[in-house]
Amino acid sequence: MDNKAPFQSHYIPNTTEEQHFMLSKLNAPDIDSLFSDIPEKHRNPTLDLPNPLSEMQIMQELSSLASQNRTLSSGPSFLGAGSYHHFIPAAIKPLITRGEFLTAYTPYQPEVSQGTLQVIYEFQTLISNLYGMEVANAGMYDGATSLAEGVLMACRVTKRDHASIASTVSPAYIQVIETYCQAQGITISSFDPDNPNISEEAACAVIQYPNFYGGIEQLQTISDQAHNCGALLVMSADPLALGMFKSPGEYGADIATGEGQPLGIPPSFGGPYLGLFTCKKQYIRQMPSRLVGKTTDKEGKDGYVLTLQTREQHIRRERATSNICTNEALYALASTIYLALLGKTGIQKISNLCYQKAHYAASEISKIPGFELQNTNEFFKEFVVSCPTQPEIINKKLIEKNILGGLDISHLQQNGMLICVTEMNTKDDIDALVTSLKDL
Amino acid sequence: MQQGGNRNTAKLLMERSIANRVGAIIPDSDVPVQELPETNLLRSNLELPEVSEPEVVQYFTGLSHKNFSIDTHFYPLGSCTMKYNPKVNDEVAFLPGFANIHPLQDDSVSQGALSLMHELQSYLQEITGMDCVGLSTLAGAHGEFAGMLMIRAFHQRNKDANRTKVAIPDSAHGTNPASAAMSGFDVISIPSDEAGNIDIDFLKSIAGPDLAGAMITLPSTLGIFDTNITEVCKIVHEAGGLVYGDGANMNALLGRAKLGHLGFDVIHLNLHKTFSTPHGGGGPGAGPVCAKSILYDFLPAPVVEKSPSAFELITPASSIGRISGFQGNFAVLVRAYTYIKTLGAAGIKSISGNAVLNANYIMESLKDIYDIPYNRTCMHEVVFSASSKKDQEVNGLAIAKRLLDYGFHAPTMYFPLIVEEALMVEPTESETLETLDAFIDAMKAINEEISTQPELVTEAPHTTPVSKLDEAKAAREPQLKWEPS
Repeated sequence: MDNKAPFQSHYIPNTTEEQHFMLSKLNAPDIDSLFSDIPEKHRNPTLDLPNPLSEMQIMQELSSLASQNRTLSSGPSFLGAGSYHHFIPAAIKPLITRGEFLTAYTPYQPEVSQGTLQVIYEFQTLISNLYGMEVANAGMYDGATSLAEGVLMACRVTKRDHASIASTVSPAYIQVIETYCQAQGITISSFDPDNPNISEEAACAVIQYPNFYGGIEQLQTISDQAHNCGALLVMSADPLALGMFKSPGEYGADIATGEGQPLGIPPSFGGPYLGLFTCKKQYIRQMPSRLVGKTTDKEGKDGYVLTLQTREQHIRRERATSNICTNEALYALASTIYLALLGKTGIQKISNLCYQKAHYAASEISKIPGFELQNTNEFFKEFVVSCPTQPEIINKKLIEKNILGGLDISHLQQNGMLICVTEMNTKDDIDALVTSLKDL
Repeated sequence: MQQGGNRNTAKLLMERSIANRVGAIIPDSDVPVQELPETNLLRSNLELPEVSEPEVVQYFTGLSHKNFSIDTHFYPLGSCTMKYNPKVNDEVAFLPGFANIHPLQDDSVSQGALSLMHELQSYLQEITGMDCVGLSTLAGAHGEFAGMLMIRAFHQRNKDANRTKVAIPDSAHGTNPASAAMSGFDVISIPSDEAGNIDIDFLKSIAGPDLAGAMITLPSTLGIFDTNITEVCKIVHEAGGLVYGDGANMNALLGRAKLGHLGFDVIHLNLHKTFSTPHGGGGPGAGPVCAKSILYDFLPAPVVEKSPSAFELITPASSIGRISGFQGNFAVLVRAYTYIKTLGAAGIKSISGNAVLNANYIMESLKDIYDIPYNRTCMHEVVFSASSKKDQEVNGLAIAKRLLDYGFHAPTMYFPLIVEEALMVEPTESETLETLDAFIDAMKAINEEISTQPELVTEAPHTTPVSKLDEAKAAREPQLKWEPS
């Protein structure tokens, strides 16, 4: 083999001969000459990257890297806190990896994007129905940013600049809200959901359903309190809890958001996930992100288009409702397929399984001396136990038995561990956890 | 192609629903029955469809046929870098050791994932000439938001909070001013000069003690490498500001120039453009933030660092905070990492070379029939203007729609805003010469049609699943979900 042959990537079709042909048409001596606008001293810097690998080598190397990570299916796993191990039907992956969906652009040309647009319309329908809300948008980045955008939107709607956040909202979500609000003059305070004193100046009362600790708040009381103050109720809800528990709409939520990851999206070490975002119809012109609407074509045939785009950055620029552009459309597709496959009864069953198994686990763990269930309210699939020793130590011992324990929240509650149980945990898994905790 | 029966996609899921059909079997509970919550907590009504698995697969497959995509059509879509998305990247991202791992599991059982992220950070530093990288931003605009918050935090730490203005060229993407506004800044639009470069005199006139910085896209959205770029950065720096770089057009510069060397202080990259991760019909993307060391402390949390014994997630000292739920769009990062490893330095440089060659080839082949506002070598994309066709009652939109009939996706239209009837064409490096020639031929044929049968162009498209849609109606009477009639 001639080692001096220029590197020809299998992703780049042009051969040296074709390059010469094209350059001759341009009257350019070589490719480098096309870059002469770059100041000479900064042109063609050294580029210190590893040598290219073939696909065979890539698969070997990356498989070896992947094998250093513990997968959730390799043993009982009880970690949740915003990312969940749920069942993903096999039909989702082949559909979302179809090139027609996977490699399409944002549907700005509706005539050749009816597939993606109709999918988003289905997504908006199913998410609105699941959340009991009037309108859903085409998706946001993730649950945390979706809630933060909900706070910003509530400030726009009420023309107020204060957010009152329940102390039981996920600490990570609160941090993201703080990041989003830091430059916009929006102040944040905390309220106790059991005794909701919501500030009279608040644009919104922000709650999580179920909350970070798994519990279900007195949502109607909080909703009434918020509305009495002229604030909007902004609620982040677990979509799978809504298979059995009342919808945000039934509690009078003005804006309801959520993390869509439980709906058929793999945990993937934190992303990509899917932000769910719904609201009352009266507020749609203040909504962030894309919306798809139904219309007709010249022949009167039904079709779908991106609509109300004057809210968005590519039209409104610095006065847009949000800077969001690319979001998570492919995972809106995944969650739509998920909701279609599971359907009404499937979602109800999954919800119920999570509830049954989590309550079984909670009752068995609280029988172990030294462990105490901390939740006083009803809970869904997560709950907190106080442990007799530091959760960090317990988790180290559990992982030796190939059990992934709950989240160590001892910085929030003394020796607290947040345990998550889903339909993926068998009774044997739960019993193995209980036995291991007993044997500590 | 027509699809009959249930494979026809006209009916929506709720309209297909038939009571007692199921699309997935959920096992019975294997634990002793637990007491249900009080009924006042429970929901009575759940409006979701009931359909079987074959129907779902056939329906969504049918819908997929109504899309253009890179795998099926050429996308000469300016500023979007619609290049081929390698299949091995997806294969790797779906490995259980990457797809089925929890973001909060202990660092000790995720060293493979953390080392990949750490290595990717170092590759992106090397490619951009920057000193540090944060991977937790989930899209380009998200990266812009983080970068502008970092600039704000930098000035605040220097007790320089009166810097409230950000200069943004009038050719910028809409996300730039929107991100600057979300970061608390007032936007000053900078005009472009007659060569398409930033108007230096105007920039000097506003570069004062209230200037926080500038947001600059390089090459610009005019497809031009601004020959004054180092001067632009110098003016902003001398006024005490910092320079933000929108990396959307990095495909032109890979291995040719490093933004860090040119004077940029913080930039984002679009992994879903330059680094080949699929666009997915509008995401997911990833928008890593790359910065100079003076901004390290402000990076969004978390970043991956290497301690003597292991890789770990840490929060930089004065971080602008957490900007997303976890540590980033990891599955997208895996794909970009795989892409860089597959290409190596020579391959990375070959991307920009071929992308720029292809764009110039198209410009050269069409510049006699479609005006080019700036007659100079272009970078990875070329902007044409259809304004001279307006005497013949044809505008840029019509030409773009007619291209759909020829089996090509439309170019980016009416952007950048400063070019009348703009058609912005970006071929990327992954298209063949045959495809480029076919596109050129289609553009020439449409130019003929404008003279001979203009209505063929103005009424286009004619061959797509739907014809021109009534967008005004959609906005006037918004129908945003299916409702029972």
